[in-house]
Amino acid sequence: MRASSRVVQALILAVVVGLCVLLAVTTAGHLEQRGIRSGFDFLLEPAGFTLGESMLPVDAADSTLLAFVAGLLNTLRAALPGAALALGIGILAGFGRLADNPLVRGLASAYVNAFRNIPLLLQLLAWYFILTDLLPAADAAMHLAPGIFLSKSGLSVPWWGETGFEIPEPGGFGIDGGARLTPEYLTMLIGLALYSAAYIAETLRAAVLALPPGQRLAALALGMSPRRAFIDVLLPQAWRAALPPVTSQLLNLFKNASLAVAIGYPDLVSVAGTSLNQTGRAIECLVIVIAVYLLLSLVAAAISHRLEQRTLQGRPA
Amino acid sequence: MRLDALRRRFFGDIVNTGLTLLVLAALMLWLPPLLEWAVLNARFAPDIAACEALDHRGACWGVVAEKARFILLGRYPADEAWRSILAAGLIAGSWLGVATGVLRGRSVIPALALPPLVAITLLGGGLGGLQSVPTELWGGLPLTLLLTAAGMAGALPLGIAVAYGRRSSLPVLRGLLTAYVELARGIPLIAALFVASFLLPLFFPDGVALDMLWRVLIAIVLFAAAYLSEIIRGGLQALRIEQLDAAAALGFSEWQTQRWIVLPQVLRAVAPSLANSAIALFKDTSLVTIVSLYELTGSLGLALSGDAQWRPFYLEAWIFIAAIYWAGCVLLARISRAKPLRP
Repeated sequence: MRASSRVVQALILAVVVGLCVLLAVTTAGHLEQRGIRSGFDFLLEPAGFTLGESMLPVDAADSTLLAFVAGLLNTLRAALPGAALALGIGILAGFGRLADNPLVRGLASAYVNAFRNIPLLLQLLAWYFILTDLLPAADAAMHLAPGIFLSKSGLSVPWWGETGFEIPEPGGFGIDGGARLTPEYLTMLIGLALYSAAYIAETLRAAVLALPPGQRLAALALGMSPRRAFIDVLLPQAWRAALPPVTSQLLNLFKNASLAVAIGYPDLVSVAGTSLNQTGRAIECLVIVIAVYLLLSLVAAAISHRLEQRTLQGRPA
Repeated sequence: MRLDALRRRFFGDIVNTGLTLLVLAALMLWLPPLLEWAVLNARFAPDIAACEALDHRGACWGVVAEKARFILLGRYPADEAWRSILAAGLIAGSWLGVATGVLRGRSVIPALALPPLVAITLLGGGLGGLQSVPTELWGGLPLTLLLTAAGMAGALPLGIAVAYGRRSSLPVLRGLLTAYVELARGIPLIAALFVASFLLPLFFPDGVALDMLWRVLIAIVLFAAAYLSEIIRGGLQALRIEQLDAAAALGFSEWQTQRWIVLPQVLRAVAPSLANSAIALFKDTSLVTIVSLYELTGSLGLALSGDAQWRPFYLEAWIFIAAIYWAGCVLLARISRAKPLRP
């Protein structure tokens, strides 16, 4: 390496390090002025707040760390089933957009068009309004199916409770028994799934349309029906091309789960926000959020790499 | 013959027939009540008594007329509303100009970069006899458009610089820029907005206090630039090497080659992806409401949440906003297809 480029690099490094030191000194000064202590010790102190819902039994006396873990679990609880739903709906809508039947195609196009062109936050706000304002109150819950009730206070489904497997039924103050999915959780699940599914549908459609037309024609010439040609010839090839963009859509869904903070679903980001307001440890709280999301991105990248390797292995020479 | 083709498309086989009937049944079940709600039973005048009497059997579009100024312009002072409207008109007009092809070739870049600057001056005032309006009061559609246009205008040059930096021969520079891009692309925008809201004030030296709007704009520019740099980098990699050879053979200097040969081709090639990023940013600006800037989504909440009388008609006002976002996205998508940089 030339000496001059070493000097330039040393200079760049010096400027960046210098800036970081300057930032650190300024920040430390500000924190001292405002009487904010720093460090991650607050994680072991009582959180001082409760979560609206949680898979772990967490209360205000439990440590902040536990609240963060519960927040992360809430993120995963919305994002993982959301991703599965998005994939399913996305594949259906993607096929719909490619269908011969103009009615099906029109319906799928209208869905994709509407859901991709309206901000996710706005969609979440609408779902939340519908689920909390327009639905009947709990004592007049809608009876959707045997044992399934929907009302302002959420969706009650059969589930294991204190007395074993319970089937929800109307009680004195609403619906008793089973498990209740809160409106906040339902909003996240429906909102995330329908938004991402529209993108996944578009990705799949693009992947199928990008295949050389000869593939379909060859399959038809071999006497396959159009549907068989689609399923056995076009789809496997398109799937391979669509895999990277689909994984990136699913990763987006995880990042979008952070919008939970806007409707009061206690995900990781909203727990961090609450804790930040309580302790003033802004740097620490945001570092945790950023670190967790970077870790999730890394894990997703690794999984998608493995998947791609595996699909590529199945590729004919 | 044509009838036969039609019959095959709708009722070709059992699956197709089933789908046709299913969709028709769904439409017949849903369309009449929807039409009844949206049009037949609807009230179009901002008459709260008539709307309440409807009991949601029909839409109350009057809420849009009643709250239009607040939803569209936020808390911007009513007497100065024309400035806000003009600012929004300038930005939306520039998009329309590029999408319809009225503005093209070399005028595209200044046409997209200047309106946000003019809009900031117009909204802020304080010079030329314009009354000064603090940034907390900016809101509604003009703010949405401003954040998108200014965000893109700031992020594009930075993204180009980062893309070139990542191709540099200096490993230290490459490493730092790669770390920045991966960091920005790995986190959700909300995290970046929280950093802008809570951390940036700690980072600035005493006496430098930036308004929330500028801090948020910095975060948006840094966030979007990471994505744009990846698009530009892809464009640079896709450029054919012969182009560089030809430029060298013609005696172009390194700088001239990049300025006149490489960048124009790359920008033209990636213009559709850049427009897609603009669409994503346009929708993402709705998140700034979480850090208390009341752009379109935020001003909708602001207009209705405190008004018990009109709040029940949130859905109608929501549809109005959603239609605006939808139109904006469609307009930006038109730009991506308009091949705007073509001379």
